Amino acid sequence: MSTDVKIPQELPVTKHAAPQGVKLPIYMDNHATTPMDPRVLEEMLPYFMEKFGNAASRNHSFGWAGEEGVETARERIAKLIGATTKEIIFTSGATESDNLAIKGVAEMYREKGNHIITAVTEHKAVLDTCKRLEKYGYRVTYLPVQKDGLVDLEELKRAMDDKTILVTIMAANNEIGVLQPITEIGKLCRERGILFHTDATQAIGKVPIDVNKQYIDLMSISGHKMYGPKGVGALYVRRKNPRVQLAALIDGGGHERGMRSGTLNVAGIVGLGKACAIASEEMSREAVQLSSLRDRLRDRIMNRLDETYINGTMEHRLPGNLNISFAYVEGESLLMGINDIAVSSGSACTSATLEPSYVLKALGTGDDLAHSSIRFGIGRFNTAAEVDYVADRVIETVERLRELSPLYEMAKEGINLKDVKWAGEAAH
Amino acid sequence: MSYSDKVIDHYNNPRNVGSMDKSSADVGTGLVGAPECGDVMKLQIKVNRDTNVIEEAKFKTFGCGSAIASSSLATEWVKGKTVDEALAIKNMDIVKELSLPPVKIHCSVLAEDAIRAAIGDWKKKQESAKPVTSAVAQ
Repeated sequence: MSTDVKIPQELPVTKHAAPQGVKLPIYMDNHATTPMDPRVLEEMLPYFMEKFGNAASRNHSFGWAGEEGVETARERIAKLIGATTKEIIFTSGATESDNLAIKGVAEMYREKGNHIITAVTEHKAVLDTCKRLEKYGYRVTYLPVQKDGLVDLEELKRAMDDKTILVTIMAANNEIGVLQPITEIGKLCRERGILFHTDATQAIGKVPIDVNKQYIDLMSISGHKMYGPKGVGALYVRRKNPRVQLAALIDGGGHERGMRSGTLNVAGIVGLGKACAIASEEMSREAVQLSSLRDRLRDRIMNRLDETYINGTMEHRLPGNLNISFAYVEGESLLMGINDIAVSSGSACTSATLEPSYVLKALGTGDDLAHSSIRFGIGRFNTAAEVDYVADRVIETVERLRELSPLYEMAKEGINLKDVKWAGEAAH
Repeated sequence: MSYSDKVIDHYNNPRNVGSMDKSSADVGTGLVGAPECGDVMKLQIKVNRDTNVIEEAKFKTFGCGSAIASSSLATEWVKGKTVDEALAIKNMDIVKELSLPPVKIHCSVLAEDAIRAAIGDWKKKQESAKPVTSAVAQ
C-alpha cells in the first residue's frame, strides 16, 4: 500500500435544490404515520362544531347526529374487513386495541388456559403486553422467525398445547413490511379452538383482509397509519363461530358493548370510517402504484450501490415498504446526510436503548447490518419524482460515507471483517 | 435528535479524512470500536521522531454523525501537538466542544480511545528496533 492515500481532504457537500415538481422535505416514513387524506378531514370537520353531540345522548338530535356519524363509520370499517358492525369496537388506537385483545382474552379465558403464543418480531404494543401477563402467571411463547421474517407454521403448531388460549401474530410488520401467513395461522387456531388475534395496523387499507376467510377472531386497527386521524383505532371482535368474549380494560359508562367505556371520539371515528371507505375503493389500484414506486426505488439504489441487502422477503410484503441495509455505513449518519428526506433507521443510535432493531436481529441480520438499515415507507402521496430524488440522495450519501468508512476500506483490502479482533467487542 | 452546528459542520466537512501506510515506522494506527456496536474509528498519526510532534493525522469512521465529528475533531486537535500533549486530550473536552448530548458521550470516549490506541501503536514501534505489523488486522 502506498503512503498518504489520495482521498480528498474535504469531501464536497452540495446544497440540494429540489428538482421540478418536488417539494422538500420529502415524507417517506409512512409506517410511522401517514398524512391525513384531505377527503378524511373534510368528512370530519362538521363533527367538531356543528355535530358535536355525544353519540351516547339518545334523546336529542345532537346526540343522534353524532351517533349517525359513528354508525356510518362502523359500517365502512366492517365492509373493508368483511365483518358486521356489531363486531367493531372503537378505541384510542392500535396500542389500546392490542392491549384490550390480549389482556381481555387472557382474563376472560383464564380458566381455560394460561398460554399465549406470539412472535419475536411483533410490535412492542403486543410484546410488552405479553410480558406484563407473564408477571401475572401467564406463559408466553415468543416464536422465532425465519430469515425471510415469516413465522414457521410447523413451529407454531408445535408451540400449541391444551392450555393455549390465544395466538397473536401481526398481519404486516412495521419495520420490514413482511406479511405473515395469517390465513394459515388462523386456520390452525380455529382447528384447535384457540383464539387468533392479529395486529393489522400496517396492513389494513394496504392489502385485502377478510376476517372470515382468514379465520381472524380479533384484529387491531389504527386510523393514522391509513391516512386517517391519530388517536383513534378499532378492535374487531368476532361475535359468531366462535363468539369472543373480552374483559374490559376501561370501565365506566358501558360504551361499546361494555368492552370499552368512554365517550366516543366522534370526529376521529368518522375520520377512520372515511379512511376505510377510501381504502375499500382505491386499495387495489393504490397497491399497484405503490409497489411500482417501491420497486423503482429499490432498482435505482441497488443498480448503483453494491453490498446493499434487502431485509425480509420481497415476495410477501406491503406494497410501500422497503428496508435496506447499506453495508459499512451507519444508519444514523446516513439519515443525517439525507436530512431533507424523512425515513427511519434500525440503527441503535436512533433508539433510546442503544440497541439496534430487534426485528432485524430476529431475522439473523448481524448487528452491523442492523445498524446500517433504512426503512422507506412509500405512501399515497409520494410521486415518482420524489422516489428518484430519494434514490439519488441515498446513493450519493452512501458513497460519501463509504469513503469515510474504515470498514469499507478494510473490506476493499480483502480483510474479512468477521475475522478481525475488535477492541470494542469486550465492552459489548 | 438535533445536532449542534459544530457536529453538522464536521459531518459535512470532515477534516483529515484518509489513510496513511500503517506499516510505516512513523505512523501509529488506532482502530477502536466494533461494527456490532455501530461505531468503528480508525485514527492514524504520523510523528516526527526527533521532536515527538504529531505532524499528520488522518481518520476514517463508521458511526453516527457525532462519532464522525468526534474523530474529525480529534485529528484536528492532535495535529501539531507532541505525543504527550495529545495524550492529555480528554473525552469531556470533545463533549464540550461539540456540545454532545449525554446519549452521545460514548462517541467522545471512542475518540479518546482512538488517540490513545494510535499513540500506543506508534510507541510500540519505537520500542522495537524494526517495524512490526500494526494492531489493525492481519
